[in-house]
Amino acid sequence: MIQVENISVCYPNRIALKDVRFQIEKPSIVGILGPNGAGKSTLIKALLGMLPHQGQAFLDQKELSKSLHQVAYVEQKAALDFHFPITVAECVSLGLYAKISFFKRLSKKDWKKVDQALELVGLSDYAKHQISQLSGGQFQRVLLARCLVQEASVIFLDEPFVGIDTVSEEIIMETLRNLKENKKTILIVHHDLNKVETYFDKVLLLNQTVIAMGDTKATFTRDNLKKTYGQELFFKEDLL
Amino acid sequence: MIADFIDGLMTFHFLQNALIAAIVIGIVAGAVGCFIILRGLSLMGDAISHAVLPGVALSFILGINFFAGAIVFGLLASFVITYIKGHSIIKSDTAIGITFSSFLALGMILIGVANSSTDLFHILFGNILAVQDSDLFLSIIVAGLVLLTIACFFRPLLLTSFDPILAQSMGLRVNLYHYLLMVLLTLVCVTAMQSVGTILVVALLITPAATAYLYAKSLKSMIFLASGFGALSSVIGLLIGYTFNIVVGSSIVLTAAFFFLISFLIAPKQGGIKRQFQQKK
Repeated sequence: MIQVENISVCYPNRIALKDVRFQIEKPSIVGILGPNGAGKSTLIKALLGMLPHQGQAFLDQKELSKSLHQVAYVEQKAALDFHFPITVAECVSLGLYAKISFFKRLSKKDWKKVDQALELVGLSDYAKHQISQLSGGQFQRVLLARCLVQEASVIFLDEPFVGIDTVSEEIIMETLRNLKENKKTILIVHHDLNKVETYFDKVLLLNQTVIAMGDTKATFTRDNLKKTYGQELFFKEDLL
Repeated sequence: MIADFIDGLMTFHFLQNALIAAIVIGIVAGAVGCFIILRGLSLMGDAISHAVLPGVALSFILGINFFAGAIVFGLLASFVITYIKGHSIIKSDTAIGITFSSFLALGMILIGVANSSTDLFHILFGNILAVQDSDLFLSIIVAGLVLLTIACFFRPLLLTSFDPILAQSMGLRVNLYHYLLMVLLTLVCVTAMQSVGTILVVALLITPAATAYLYAKSLKSMIFLASGFGALSSVIGLLIGYTFNIVVGSSIVLTAAFFFLISFLIAPKQGGIKRQFQQKK
């Protein structure tokens, strides 16, 4: 269970998040939605303790930032150097570092986990390639494979579907659904409102603070969206 | 030319020292250089190599080993740079420029005070043909220590270089590894000072590493390649410098640059020489 209590984040000249609180009880795929600058990425970083913030987040009654070994996080892409001399398999193996002592070599079993994860995301053939040889979608799948080997119980993904091909998107979604079956909770920052109903069990509508949170069907409504997005959002019906 | 060099090696102890020092420095600078260029810290390497100067001068004045003073000032410079960057709107290249030029200026004054102008010339431009047994011994130990540290902390260094955000989300102290690298960088700068001098240390740090970057598919292979290029450039540079009686430090640097040039034209990551020409059309 994830419990978030009154998280607030202040940047030097503005308030990014104010009194964010919500709960996720069962394993589920949760979409974090909101307009640009709503604080979606900030929320994730605050939950992980990567930003100075007020308030607390708990994972199974323990402070989330102290149970980081149970958490996996894929940041918004572009921050990485794609020409870094690292192979696809090595990149995935970085996910193991949280649990294996830095001075121990990776065992055969560890590398097998890496292979399995790559197979799940359909990239076994690329294991020995350098990451620069991948497409954007394939790279996003590699990052997901890295999450898989972390064997975390909570997974945060920041805009994983931006600029990737539909095949990759489907593979990622299928993998995430499998993870959910295996009792994991996945939180996804997302901005494309088209596929929300098919992707997420729950949605968290965010604009500085929580506008609404709950099962997608009940929460992802026109009224709530208007409250979240304000003038930024047009509905077809409004234009007719 | 090579026969002469080997003949000289047999005869002259100073040339033996120079050869060993050149190889050791080439290897260790290449290895540390990989992390420096992958983290986009090339300018930082330049800055630290200049900033150790006051430390070296102060060590002369106080009569202590120059490694001690150099490390203090090298670290101080990296702290100052990181602090200015983190606590003002000044960008990192500006912070680096201000810091290292001030340190260099301070170093020159201190060397003037220490009243040994020949030393200044050696520090600035290196004098590998004058490496003493004790210096050589110390260099080997320091280089060994640096390489051992890289081997021990290889994985966290790889992780924090490639994906600091992931490292942070795993609860790793990313800053700690930054400063560990700064310590290693300072040590290498002081060691390499003997061969190419303060002013050209950065070339030995980044040129072999950049050459290796054009070929390598993994960080390990990049480190080995960079060390190889570094050592080879040092040996060939020494050979050329000794044979034609020109400044050895500069020959080493130009040899390394020559390797880079060739690789720039033919390396697979560049797409080979064909693509170079196609691009020009």
